[in-house]
Amino acid sequence: MAEFQIEREVVIDAPVEVVWRTITEPEQIRQWFADRVELELEPGGRGLMSFEDRAVPFVVEAVEPPIRFAFRWNHPAGEEPAAGNSTLVEFTLVGEGERTRLRVAERGLDLVAWPNAEKDRYAEEHRGGWATFMDRLARLLAERRRG
Amino acid sequence: MSTEPSDELWSAIADPSRRRVLDLLVRNGEASASWLAGRVPFSRQAVSKHLVVLEQARLISRRKQGREVLYQVDADRLDQATRAMAELARQWDRRLDTIKRLAEAVHAQTKDKTGGP
Repeated sequence: MAEFQIEREVVIDAPVEVVWRTITEPEQIRQWFADRVELELEPGGRGLMSFEDRAVPFVVEAVEPPIRFAFRWNHPAGEEPAAGNSTLVEFTLVGEGERTRLRVAERGLDLVAWPNAEKDRYAEEHRGGWATFMDRLARLLAERRRG
Repeated sequence: MSTEPSDELWSAIADPSRRRVLDLLVRNGEASASWLAGRVPFSRQAVSKHLVVLEQARLISRRKQGREVLYQVDADRLDQATRAMAELARQWDRRLDTIKRLAEAVHAQTKDKTGGP
């Protein structure tokens, strides 16, 4: 049901507990994400990622050590992030012996307030996600330019 | 040209209803608000609001024909949006690579400590 979605994964030669600390401890997050990080590691906890030119607030959505960590961001200034106005970043960790499969998904707005049949049709049409949608638009545009 | 998605562009295309409107405009070339409203499961007012947001993000432009206002997609701007999306995916790839390096370094250190003499 989720709409535009980017999903990426990587396999890491380290146990889940180690990877969990890498993605949730502010001193470590600093090394792969932002220049400065403030974070209350609990559902509903506030956070702030500071980059060179801007500071981006986020709100923690899920903390399930050591398998799931999620936060919302990209919401309009002055608003509380929720399903309708922000993107959700979700990390999932799966232990595979001494290794960890780390997956990250960033997804956008849900199809709220649409009739169900319409929702299903639309979700089906866009199952490939946001990137596929954009690819298709780009193709159509190219065809129109040629034609 | 910067490939960093601006907030405006980002929120304009993050909404599925707006993407639907955008989709129709790409397929049809040019359309009025009422033509669009007849083809989407939301109200004419909602269509008008979406058109305003898309226009502010410069994804579409308008022109007047008689008494009608016709909207059309800005292809260059849409290309830019597509690239912004690819860039976002690349950003996550880079972050995951760094996470991998960090976690593996920590793990190797721990192993050395516990496994060493």
